[in-house]
Amino acid sequence: MTAAAMTRPTQASPWATAGRVFEHRARQYRRLYRASLFGSFGIPALFLTAMGFGLGTYVDRTPDTVLAGVSYVQFLAPGLLAASLMQTASFEATYPILGGLQWNRIFHAMAATPLEGRDVALGNIAWITLRLTLVGTIFAAVIVAFGATRSWLIVFAVPVAVLTGLAFATPIMAFTATQRTPDKFAQIFRFGLTPLFLFSGTFFPIESLPTFLQPVAWLSPLWHGVAVVRALMLGTIGDQPLLAAVHILVLLAITFGGALLAIRTIRERLKRG
Amino acid sequence: MTALRITPLFAFGSRRSLHMIERNLLVYRHGWLMLLSGFFEPLFYLLSIGFGLGKLVGDVNGPGGQLISYTLFVAPALLAASSMNGAISESTFNFFFKLNYDKTFASILTTPMSPADIALGELGWALMRGALYTVGFIAVMFVLGLVRSPLIFLTLPGALLIGFAFAAVGMAATSFMRSWQDFDLIQLVILPMFLFSGTFFPLDAMPDAVRLLIQLTPLYHGVELLRELSLGVVGPDILVHVGYLAAMGLLGFTVVAGRLDKLLLK
Amino acid sequence: MSEQRVAGTAPLIQARGLTKRFGTFTAVDAVDFDVQPGEAFGFLGPNGAGKTSTMRMIGCTSPISDGTLLVLGMDPRTEGAKIRGRLGVVPQQDTLDNELTVRENLIIYGRYFGFSRPECARRADELLEFVQLTDRGKDLVEPLSGGMKRRLTIARSLINEPDLMLLDEPTTGLDPQARHLVWDRLYRLKQRGVTLVLTTHYMDEAEQLCDRLVVMDKAKIVAEGSPRQLIERYSTREVAEFRFPAGVQETLDGQFEGLGSRIEKLPDRVLAYADDGEAVVIAARERGLHPETVLVRRSTLEDVFLRLTGRSLIE
Repeated sequence: MTAAAMTRPTQASPWATAGRVFEHRARQYRRLYRASLFGSFGIPALFLTAMGFGLGTYVDRTPDTVLAGVSYVQFLAPGLLAASLMQTASFEATYPILGGLQWNRIFHAMAATPLEGRDVALGNIAWITLRLTLVGTIFAAVIVAFGATRSWLIVFAVPVAVLTGLAFATPIMAFTATQRTPDKFAQIFRFGLTPLFLFSGTFFPIESLPTFLQPVAWLSPLWHGVAVVRALMLGTIGDQPLLAAVHILVLLAITFGGALLAIRTIRERLKRG
Repeated sequence: MTALRITPLFAFGSRRSLHMIERNLLVYRHGWLMLLSGFFEPLFYLLSIGFGLGKLVGDVNGPGGQLISYTLFVAPALLAASSMNGAISESTFNFFFKLNYDKTFASILTTPMSPADIALGELGWALMRGALYTVGFIAVMFVLGLVRSPLIFLTLPGALLIGFAFAAVGMAATSFMRSWQDFDLIQLVILPMFLFSGTFFPLDAMPDAVRLLIQLTPLYHGVELLRELSLGVVGPDILVHVGYLAAMGLLGFTVVAGRLDKLLLK
Repeated sequence: MSEQRVAGTAPLIQARGLTKRFGTFTAVDAVDFDVQPGEAFGFLGPNGAGKTSTMRMIGCTSPISDGTLLVLGMDPRTEGAKIRGRLGVVPQQDTLDNELTVRENLIIYGRYFGFSRPECARRADELLEFVQLTDRGKDLVEPLSGGMKRRLTIARSLINEPDLMLLDEPTTGLDPQARHLVWDRLYRLKQRGVTLVLTTHYMDEAEQLCDRLVVMDKAKIVAEGSPRQLIERYSTREVAEFRFPAGVQETLDGQFEGLGSRIEKLPDRVLAYADDGEAVVIAARERGLHPETVLVRRSTLEDVFLRLTGRSLIE
């Protein structure tokens, strides 16, 4: 303690206050990044090798009509990119958020300062956005190294994949704020994300699904994301630009709706303690 | 056997280990959905990879070299992989959590139950769940017309053997773990096995050296075992598969038996 | 509570040279003590004194490093399971099964001892009554208050009708009301003849519950006796506490000499030990000392501990 009086900061903008929450998450992560390196580089490389090239050998030698001359690894890579960001985003929106609200209660500590629920929600969403961008960029680099993209438009595929992840992160975060134990998370992953991962056009076009199931895939944010990411990486985005725009709008709507909801549920949670 | 000091399974724990299973049954009464979810996961994979992707792949070489549909090829492999994954998640992640964070084991140890009772009970429970899922999976294979041989029923003990082998080694590995970070190592071992053990595509396209390496790993033997049984194409090599997995399980268990007391009774 | 009480005066616990080492660190250093049937026996000491390690050795969940230990006449090294079958253990931190309900916690715990299911259910209902949790029986453990969880842990430890109860800091972290409720239940058990062994760093708890206690400090036992005996032996009847304005106490060197039979200077106050505290206060005024506040009180175990170790119990 010094004798000189502290200069008190003046009222900050919402950008700045959410930024402080973001800074907290980023500092936490600096201790852990090494552990997630294997996940970021290794898992994409393993999946692309096994499914793209290993299984791809068998797919590519069968005459087919659905893939329309695209090699399987090129078909699969965009699906894996979007799906992997879905999984990262969903993880980040569950356990770490519940941790701050329930286990170490650090978000409650933040709410005892000039920060409030909106800052906690937006700061965390900002952090997840950065995290997804990192994971997505590394994944895209692995894809390029494997020669599994046809178009330089992969540069734009990363932000679309990040948006796909956010369309999962924000509503799940809103749900997390209503929970006190992680019990329901495993169910989200097993009954929600696993089927989406498997049936959203990641591994095969949804045209291969029974006809009555195809409209169900339209409900999957992942399907919208995969469609645009794939069109970008195959360089076919110009074929149906309007459809791509609709996909993007759907993802944006879910992300914003989820964010508004997350602000509300986190605020309520912080009030209730 | 005695020269190797391999602890016989049931001399190691006692009948009290059944109380662990009773406890887990009580827990799952509150969340039966969770119990059920272990059945749906391989089913989702079968429908997606087996049927959806199967349309793109066509026929592949099965055991004995005959051409079979991709769905028939991948179904038993998915069962083997899910037996491995279930056993590993139960014996590593969940076991570590109960060991170090959740104080459940600590309270149980203040009763006449011993660390060996706990380990055996937890293993028994993991296998019981595995058995439930396997029966479910076989039933689904029936419904989807994927059954080619009456030997399919032997995939049940086969899947349990895979579960036992991985759970025992998983527990042994967990007994050396110090922090959550160490679990990345388990991922590092499990994921490549999951993807490359002849699970999703035959090994015939692989270079010889890689194929030989894969044939030394446990999931390969698990996948081959279940594939041969489910298709009814059984040769003498099945003894190698069974022997490999049984030896792996017993070895893991010997290590666990030696370390659990030290770990739990500090 | 139990029919099969150990006959005569054979101690329920007998420790000679009992030692616990973790690597090079010695947590318990060659302690000797006996616990007699029916008594309430306490380990008093600050955190890190070795109380919990001693309790865990008695509870047969921690192997002894050296010396001998007999619990209920048996050796924990060879008959751990048999001993644990007759103990009731309340650990320092609640180890309740968070995945089960309140009532299920009791029932499954009884099953670990090998009691039949109907027997466990009957005991569970009785014990819920005893710890006043009957109406929470169907709830999960998680939302219970700290005091309720503590009472549930105590009920759980009674499911096997133990001959000997081990309570490690039974009321640490509870609010005063919850503490008194726990004390009341433990007192009832004591009246029923259950032998209690407890650790605490609260002197009021030791005074309330213990017939006899040992004071532990730095892995060793430094004194033994009833609370009254210890106070008589190591302290005076009364204590006068003087508090001075910030910075003044340091300037008063030597001015307390001869006030009472002993002087202790703590960072925030000066204690003068004497059989007549009022007389000390008058004497201090005559010397021209002007404390901000003065308090005369009876000696407690806190004073005993200060005398024995030169430190206070709660740091």
